[in-house]
Amino acid sequence: MKVHRHSYDAVIVGAGGAGLRAAIEAAGKCRTAVVTKLYPTRSHTGAAQGGMCAALANVEEDSWEWHLFDTIKGGDYLVDQPAAEIMCREAIDAVIELEHFGLPFNRTPDGKIDQRRFGGHTRNHGESPVRRACYSADRTGHMILQTLFQQCVARGVNFFNELHVLDVAFVDGRVGGVVAYDLATGDLHVFNTKAVLFATGGYGKMFKVSSNAHTLTGDGPGLLYRRGIPLQDMEFFQFHPTGIYKLGILLSEAARGEGGILRNQSGERFMERYAPTVKDLAPRDMVSRAIQSEVLDGRGVGEAGDAVHLDLTHLPPEQIDAKLPDITEFVRTYLGIEPKTEPIPIQPTAHYAMGGIPTNVDGEVVVDPDGTAFPGLYAAGECACVSVHGSNRLGTNSLLDIVVFGKRGGRAMVDFVHSTDLPDLPGGVEADVRSRIQSLVSGSGGEKVARIRADLQAAMTEKAFVYRSEETLSSMLATLGDLVSRYAEVTVDDKGPTFNYDLTEALELGYLLDLSEALVVSARARTESRGAQFRTDHPLRDDANWMRHTLATRNGDGTVELSYKPVVTGDYLPMERKY
Amino acid sequence: MALMDVELKVKRFNPDRDHKPHWQAFTVQAEPTDRVLDALHSVRWDQDGTLSFRRSCAHGVCGSDAMIINGANALACIVLVKDAAGGNGGTITVEPIRGLPVIKDLVVDMEPFFAQYRSVMPYLVNTEDPGYTERLQSPEDRARYDDTTKCILCAACTTACPVYWGNSQYVGPAAIVNAHRFVFDSRDQAGTERLDLLSQRSGVWKCRTAFSCSEACPRGIKVTQAIQEVKRKTLFDRI
Ligand SMILES: Cc1cc2nc3c(=O)[nH]c(=O)nc-3n(C[C@H](O)[C@H](O)[C@H](O)COP(=O)(O)OP(=O)(O)OC[C@H]3O[C@@H](n4cnc5c(N)ncnc54)[C@H](O)[C@@H]3O)c2cc1C
Ligand code: SF4
Ligand code: FES
Repeated sequence: MKVHRHSYDAVIVGAGGAGLRAAIEAAGKCRTAVVTKLYPTRSHTGAAQGGMCAALANVEEDSWEWHLFDTIKGGDYLVDQPAAEIMCREAIDAVIELEHFGLPFNRTPDGKIDQRRFGGHTRNHGESPVRRACYSADRTGHMILQTLFQQCVARGVNFFNELHVLDVAFVDGRVGGVVAYDLATGDLHVFNTKAVLFATGGYGKMFKVSSNAHTLTGDGPGLLYRRGIPLQDMEFFQFHPTGIYKLGILLSEAARGEGGILRNQSGERFMERYAPTVKDLAPRDMVSRAIQSEVLDGRGVGEAGDAVHLDLTHLPPEQIDAKLPDITEFVRTYLGIEPKTEPIPIQPTAHYAMGGIPTNVDGEVVVDPDGTAFPGLYAAGECACVSVHGSNRLGTNSLLDIVVFGKRGGRAMVDFVHSTDLPDLPGGVEADVRSRIQSLVSGSGGEKVARIRADLQAAMTEKAFVYRSEETLSSMLATLGDLVSRYAEVTVDDKGPTFNYDLTEALELGYLLDLSEALVVSARARTESRGAQFRTDHPLRDDANWMRHTLATRNGDGTVELSYKPVVTGDYLPMERKY
Repeated sequence: MALMDVELKVKRFNPDRDHKPHWQAFTVQAEPTDRVLDALHSVRWDQDGTLSFRRSCAHGVCGSDAMIINGANALACIVLVKDAAGGNGGTITVEPIRGLPVIKDLVVDMEPFFAQYRSVMPYLVNTEDPGYTERLQSPEDRARYDDTTKCILCAACTTACPVYWGNSQYVGPAAIVNAHRFVFDSRDQAGTERLDLLSQRSGVWKCRTAFSCSEACPRGIKVTQAIQEVKRKTLFDRI
């Protein structure tokens, strides 16, 4: 394998919303390379539909403080309150800045940015739903991704497209470089750099029913975890209530924001029983559990009775065409159903990773309970855990997170590279990547990536989904043990250097397996139910013992060690979460 | 639902081995409602790991998997097997999009396509300081360029264009669509600068209104109409 060497002040890994926003911040200020396994516009930020929240108060009274309250309550009080305050305050400028960058938001009659309702966002601390989500039809993420990419083009940002980052090199306790595999040629690239910012997105492909792209495999958190960086709050994975039945393709909460209603087998609007005030617009964890409960009690719909209906038939057809054109088209394409006249079968779908690489509010990766930053190491976006979402993210707060913390991380990284020299990178930092690739290509084991991945996804969906218990999680750990041994026997069919996706899928599966283990070990230890984690054997929230973040660290021998750090609290005291 | 057997005929090329492309047929079992992308996956995952094609989102929003399916440009993730194969035992042919160099199997070199996109100033130009609030834009002005904001840069239009096949200098429909998005945005001030670029020899006037681009667009963008609107604008605004 040929090795190409580069030297930069900073490297950004990933070109979704978070990576691109960081790149805009660094443009013109330091020599920066953006390295991405997909063309930037293929990133999954482009799939986001519903909106991005900011208390602009364009259509009704609102304040960033109410947004903060909703974020903390929505996150079931595991949110670090000062970090969330920064996000909710800076939300307003972030939206305005995107507008200045050219983002085509939908407009009010007087030409301002229009806003709509979204789950868990309320006026005056829970009184009633509020219109806070800024949006562009049901392709808000697409418009954010395109707009940020356009601004990168305008600034001449330096992209290395279709380079798959596989390792990071540390030198004397600081970042020294990253190692990437070139999809087009099979060559390796070593970037000597002062700093690296990971923005590799989520890892929802560990589950079978998922709204995530095939490429969301947690490479960033996975490769750092192998280098001893802890992962925070991995047990909190969000299951979005409305995925298209069996396929998991997302139907945005905007469908309910526009007035859509969830109904069970008898047509009952069951959310009235679970969340009397906000009903269908309760936060996602609660709606997903309500759906599962309806299904378990025999009130489901669909072939196996394991779905419920999302009903849009009472909405004016013009409103559907104007506000929800894309998602209704998905329903027509994949289910052959006309959503204007027929209800849509839906089920919870694995959607969003609250956990990830621990960072502070400047995107610096913090590696212990004291918040010690690792010099030169940054993360932002879904792969990071700031933690502004706590144990359950509110809809529209991720697009916000990636823009706010992408920018902050980029800015802090620029300051850092101006204060330091380029470290000497010893030869041979690519050795580990080289041997991983060689063993997959030339191994003699007969295991196939697709089989192991399918087994992983099925097991995770059965044992570590909306409902969990000691029993299911222990059983999942045993399954993982088997899967990891089988993974050691994988040999890929494709031995060539050119667009060898057989190989990259094998490498990605390795990260999914490691992250699944971190998730399951963290979830099993947390003997309470909070936000997205529901333990049937510990159904209540336990503030006395569990107002703390989990840190999962992988030891040299492969075992997972857990430690904890307190939640950074603030003005809002935990109370019962009713809607 | 009953599984169906389909024949998937793929035009293959491996630069490390082949001198020219060749067809290879695979028999795949699929649910009728599976996507053609699922059928390609079932080849790569269960039969032949060397089959290369790009994909990510799997539901028509990332633009990775434009290819020629049964002779027409489409995204493999939004065409269903039952529609492409006709029925049980049917055949689906799949080949790389035309006009861009094939690298391996269904993977083409996208760089010329993105270079053309970059050449038309595909970003908002406005040098006035708007202060701390948004620039206002009426819903009517916003609607003026709505259609062309939907583009996912999949290249289905450009690689369906007979003019582009004959002349790779032509910026192509996708670049014009992305220029249109700004030309008709009331906030944009690039005005004649972008229009000058578009009226150069390799610009909009190469279009012969073949409508192939509109038919190919998986996002339903009225591509030909957008090109016509830009043509008109270059004529009337610049004199
Ligand atoms: C269907 C859907 C709808 C959503 N809707 C909303 C919404 O309405 N509002 C909201 O707030 N949030 C929404 N979300 C969540 C939100 O869209 C995501 O959390 C967010 O976009 C993630 O952005 P990101 O920049 O962190 O990652 P991504 O956009 O996923 O980008 C990841 C990047 O990392 C790169 N990468 C990954 N691994 C490597 C590697 N090994 N080497 C090099 N590059 C690599 C990829 O190429 C890509 O460029 C939605 C999510 C989904 C799935
Ligand atoms: S205009 Fe349509 S076909 Fe052309 S690149 Fe954009 S989305 Fe693809
Ligand atoms: S895989 Fe994203 S458009 Fe088909």
